[in-house]
Amino acid sequence: MWKIGLGIILFFVLMAVFAPYLSKYSPNRTVSLPYQPPSREHWLGTDRLGRDIMSQVIHGSRLSLIIGISTGLLMTLIATGIGMMAGYFGGLLDRILSILMDIFLVIPGIPLMIVISSYVRVRGPLVVILVIALTSWGSGARVIRSQVLSLKNREFVMASRVVGESNLRIIFFEILPNMLSLVASIFFNSVLYAIIGEASLSFLGLSDVSKITWGTMLYWAQNANALLNGMWYWVFAPGLCIVLLGTSFALLSFSIDEITNPRLKAR
Amino acid sequence: MKYILNRLFFFVITLFFALTLNFVIPRLMPGDPAERLLMRFGPNIDDRAIEAMRIALGLDKEKDLFTQYVEYLKNTFTGNFGISYLHYPVPVKQVLASSLPWTLGLVGTSTIISFILGTLLGVYAGWRRDRKIGSGILIFSLCLRSIAYFWLAMLFLYVFGYRLGWFPLANAYSTKENLYGIKFVLSVIYHAVLPSMTLIVASLGNWILTMRNNMISVLAEDYIILAEAKGLDEGYIMLRYAARNAILPSITAFGISLGFVVSGALLTEIVYSYPGVGYQLYRAVLSQDFPLIQAIFFFVSLSVLLANLVMDFLYAFLDPRVRG
Repeated sequence: MWKIGLGIILFFVLMAVFAPYLSKYSPNRTVSLPYQPPSREHWLGTDRLGRDIMSQVIHGSRLSLIIGISTGLLMTLIATGIGMMAGYFGGLLDRILSILMDIFLVIPGIPLMIVISSYVRVRGPLVVILVIALTSWGSGARVIRSQVLSLKNREFVMASRVVGESNLRIIFFEILPNMLSLVASIFFNSVLYAIIGEASLSFLGLSDVSKITWGTMLYWAQNANALLNGMWYWVFAPGLCIVLLGTSFALLSFSIDEITNPRLKAR
Repeated sequence: MKYILNRLFFFVITLFFALTLNFVIPRLMPGDPAERLLMRFGPNIDDRAIEAMRIALGLDKEKDLFTQYVEYLKNTFTGNFGISYLHYPVPVKQVLASSLPWTLGLVGTSTIISFILGTLLGVYAGWRRDRKIGSGILIFSLCLRSIAYFWLAMLFLYVFGYRLGWFPLANAYSTKENLYGIKFVLSVIYHAVLPSMTLIVASLGNWILTMRNNMISVLAEDYIILAEAKGLDEGYIMLRYAARNAILPSITAFGISLGFVVSGALLTEIVYSYPGVGYQLYRAVLSQDFPLIQAIFFFVSLSVLLANLVMDFLYAFLDPRVRG
């Protein structure tokens, strides 16, 4: 299954890298009349400014991928850092951090992101990345914490503690390497979450809607009442890309869980 | 008892955290919300107008932060959320009272249906995980998890509302005529079909996956093998032996997943112009109606936290081990 996931991701990465060669037109240039139906020149028609929608889908992969992956990285970093600290040091620190994790876990994400983004004056990819990553690390941190709890009493960790290794060294060179697969699984899940999060915020107009991502394309499609004008392909294409990319990361995350957790494996 | 007190404590802490976020976020952001709001009326603003707006927002510089915070908490607990700019001069409280029931009804019904449906599918997918049907359900649920709620809402609206014309395109009840009694109820249900269908389908994936994984770990237990060795009926083992034990972790996951459903519901309402808090939130964001945005965030968090608390109590009731 992971092969399918990796295949789809590779497909979109290639699409992003070679976007200018793959698309017929510049995504920002008016190349035809506005709101044209699909034709041989414009496979997905044109938008309100007569720009080619197909070229926008292709170019949209760039920022969508960049935002998804960097948000995923940042979110994983926060989750792993906080989860490891809580699990390893225990005590009062653990109790405070655990409550913090649980709070971020139960407070509904999108409303919180909306509150924050509506107050931030600057709109743009960086803000989107920060807002999503800073509000959504809870579940990852909790998983990491419980893994560290079970690892820190194993013999090899005990041994290095007896030898007098520093806490930092034990955390990063003894414990972390033993849960890389878990970190990877959290990363893939985070990217999935980030891709949908970006699309949602953009759809609400809470990102820089002049930049082309699949999310902002949906924003413009909704603003132009694309569906009620019969331009379903304008909504369908970017959304389908989001689903495909999201599914591929979900597949990777799931496959890792399946490989590392023998209980989930087929009998 | 200890468990219940523990959960109550967590509920209070989280509620305070949400409240504090609401208080801190506007004060952390660069720029002056009062000035920004008035900017919309033109470039030359009277200083006194800004000062008045600041006082209205509870942001006046005369008072120190702590006094502001205490006042803010007092206002929240007495239900004083200020006046909505968008619906001026209607108080925020009133806007919420007219929109919150729609969202609660929609999310509540859809979540219950989706939870039952997803759990049943998950039981079956776990039971038949080595067969084609098991992997089929698995891949289907992985795909569902990657669907953005609002996108699915748009597709449903297009296909079932616009193309086929089976369901209305907007609103929560017929606005063309005055309906009373049973006719009104029917109209409400008719208008809720598409939005709730969206929520059910979009959240199904999570329930399936959680239940499937729980099932698989339970199926490895010895008592299942014993039941098989005894030659008990397959369906009996699946439901009475495995599913009954596998559902417990699903219930703890319920509260957390609810946050996702609520988030998704807010965006779904926008697509269907459904008059719940999501739609109000959208309009509040467009017109920078900060009092309304904050109150909505508070009430959405409160609802999710309350639902979590109920699930925690239910869990204690179902699993005697945690009561201890």
